[in-house]
Amino acid sequence: MFTVAIRRDDWSLHRKGAIDQARHMEKVKEAIKRNLADIVSEQSIITADGKRLIRVPIRVLEEYRFRFDPEAGRQVGQGSGGTNVGDVIGRVGSSRGPGVGPQAGEEPGVDYYEAELTVDELGELIFEDLELPNLEEKRLRELESEAVRFTDIRKHGPFANLDKRRTLRENLRRNAWRGRARIGDFTNEDLRFKTWERDIKRESNAVVIAMMDVSGSMGTFEKYISRAFYYWMVRFLRTKYDRLEIRFIAHHAEAKEVTEEEFFTRGESGGTRASTAYELALRLIQEQYPPDAWNIYPFHFSDGDNWPSDNERCRELAEELLRWVNLFGYGEIRQGRYTYHSTLMQTLQRIGNAKLVTVTISEKADVYQALRRFLGPEVGREKAHA
Amino acid sequence: MREGMSSTIAELERRIGEIWKTGERLGLRPLPVHFEVVPATVMYEIGAYGLPGRFSHWTHGKAYQVQKTLYDYGLSKIYELVINSDPCYAFLLETNTLLQNTLVAAHVMAHADFFANNAYFAATQRDMVDIASLHAERIERYEFTHGREEVERLLDAALSIQEHVDPTVSQASVRRGGEPRRRPSTPYDDLWRLDERSRAQETEGEEERPATRPDEPVRDLLLFIHDHSPILQDWERDVVAIVRTEMLYFLPQIKTKVLNEGWATLWHARLMRALDLPSEEYVEFARLHASVLQPAGRRLNPYALGYELLCDIERRYGTEHLFLVREVESDVSLVRNYLTEELVERLDLYLYERRGDELVVVDKNWEAVRHRLANELGGNHIPVIVVEDGDYRGNRELYLRHVWDGRKLDLPWAEKTLEHVYRLWGRRVWLETRADDGANPLILSYHPREGHRQQR
Repeated sequence: MFTVAIRRDDWSLHRKGAIDQARHMEKVKEAIKRNLADIVSEQSIITADGKRLIRVPIRVLEEYRFRFDPEAGRQVGQGSGGTNVGDVIGRVGSSRGPGVGPQAGEEPGVDYYEAELTVDELGELIFEDLELPNLEEKRLRELESEAVRFTDIRKHGPFANLDKRRTLRENLRRNAWRGRARIGDFTNEDLRFKTWERDIKRESNAVVIAMMDVSGSMGTFEKYISRAFYYWMVRFLRTKYDRLEIRFIAHHAEAKEVTEEEFFTRGESGGTRASTAYELALRLIQEQYPPDAWNIYPFHFSDGDNWPSDNERCRELAEELLRWVNLFGYGEIRQGRYTYHSTLMQTLQRIGNAKLVTVTISEKADVYQALRRFLGPEVGREKAHA
Repeated sequence: MREGMSSTIAELERRIGEIWKTGERLGLRPLPVHFEVVPATVMYEIGAYGLPGRFSHWTHGKAYQVQKTLYDYGLSKIYELVINSDPCYAFLLETNTLLQNTLVAAHVMAHADFFANNAYFAATQRDMVDIASLHAERIERYEFTHGREEVERLLDAALSIQEHVDPTVSQASVRRGGEPRRRPSTPYDDLWRLDERSRAQETEGEEERPATRPDEPVRDLLLFIHDHSPILQDWERDVVAIVRTEMLYFLPQIKTKVLNEGWATLWHARLMRALDLPSEEYVEFARLHASVLQPAGRRLNPYALGYELLCDIERRYGTEHLFLVREVESDVSLVRNYLTEELVERLDLYLYERRGDELVVVDKNWEAVRHRLANELGGNHIPVIVVEDGDYRGNRELYLRHVWDGRKLDLPWAEKTLEHVYRLWGRRVWLETRADDGANPLILSYHPREGHRQQR
């Protein structure tokens, strides 16, 4: 016995696919968040611009269960005839994407799932719980262009805002309802008031003073790290300020202002005197970025190999800088080396100002930690309240 | 357009009528089947959930996304989808050609016959579509009352051990589980009841479920947890029961995948040949049939394996015996009893393993292949885990044992799964397995305060 029908039941009533898929995507995003440390320093991302779609490889969300070790032992396979012992039939990792076929996911190797995100979406995930430290009231300049716009009508309000025309009309209408189309016998019900909104325009400016040690000891890795860091830092600050300027200062034994291009590519040889960069930063602030109008964020990346005789001068200048800036970040990049603190790090740490934040970066994944250290909620709190 | 569609449907209906007549004459005794022509979206959605209207969970969403992606990129096309119920629901893709749908209908008839006659399906609940909808409603209600996250966490946990159910436990013992046994009533019951009441007052506040140590190891983890978990509330027990009920429904299909698909493939070929098809459609049929039997990369094609096995059985033992096989065998017994050296050769089956980054063929010995195959098919890819003790160390901790058969557990996965079991049990959970190729015992345990532990 059988029956045939074209869509007799409305199966769409049962449909949950789209909803459960959305929940799955939510969980994928959570997984991305857990892997942010690895993702933020991806080459493909920090060289990407704007709205471009990027593909973030993440492991599929595993459905854990008791199972046999897929790496161990032999498995049954099927060829298309004439397979011999010793034949190589495949390579681990060659099957990408979700499994196809009856034994989906039983393959040895790692299944990767690629999520597509825009850089902005990724930024949102990264910045979600980051905030700007040391936002002192004076820093946010409000240019209150007190424009008043009437936007709505309500039944209550101050009499000064009475909307006479609407009130008359309401009165007329109410009387008409009762059969006498005339004006008179006003009650509270007839009253109509204008309400308004104040247009407040806030304009805030920020400047990032990016300083980097370009002396001989700074290699490709160190430059890459600082580049990844500045990429996200700038993106983040753009979400907070209307206007953001970035100035690049490269230094070795001497400091000079350079273009972005030069900043990230140029290498110099010779020794290191960080104090020259701090001097130049101070001069920039004095000449072009008055602190009452600008939020100032100097960051300095170095491998810490500063001339010992220069350290004291660095401390003095850093203390001077700290008087004017919102946050001063110092990042020390030490790849693969045991992470003792250099003398520059030790010198700066002695300052003990909450606006000064120092981090040590020894691998790519630390960039994310550095961002969180610099912009984490707890940074500089005590001072700001003091 | 509309008219073209309905005339196609009329022709399809006529052909299905012929198929049914031929099939019944040749001995098929299918459940009644209700065919529906649906768009691809409905098809892959039901395919992802296993049943229409099943409860909501992100794992279903993940399966749905995979299906949808494969479909959108033209990587796969679900030709047939049939649900084991009475009547069976079979779905035909509206974009399929008339011939494709004819072949699917023939294939479906054999599946419906298999559902009706194979021994492993004798106990399946044929109203599972309705039951699953009721389950979905209850789970939705729990989400409303207890929060989506809470229900999701519970489902995550229950689904992680859903494979560990035991169909041989009768329904009756499930109902009895946990409840105290009743004495036959007598006129003096009220006397005893006084006593009971005072005892009830004494034990108030204590957990109602008694600590348990099973006389024999219990294979049905979900049932044991359902009956004896010290922490689960009633609604949580219900969710565990729901997962178990649905798994019991799917289990026969897992156990008979190769046999069932082989049976359907054998019959769709036979029934299609009996139809008086125009020659161009016959060519299309031959091509389609060949593509069903094609090896898929190095993966074993269950259609091809089942089909060749059954053809071979019919050749050697006759058609009557073939019907017996469809009644009594499962994948494991089918392979153990009927896979021959010639078949292994013809199907080009082999054993391979990973060497460095390469997958290398290491053995073509047919008996080795047969042994390994029997270990992979019919649910034998799932490790056997039993409950040894529900009151371990006198502390109501749960002691599980992996029944060692020479195959090593994936330990990181086992640890993750123990976390799920803890969610259901609420006390420390233990898992005994073996390390070093079985030479030494290895005992894992988990408690969130102390984390994972391993002891040898």
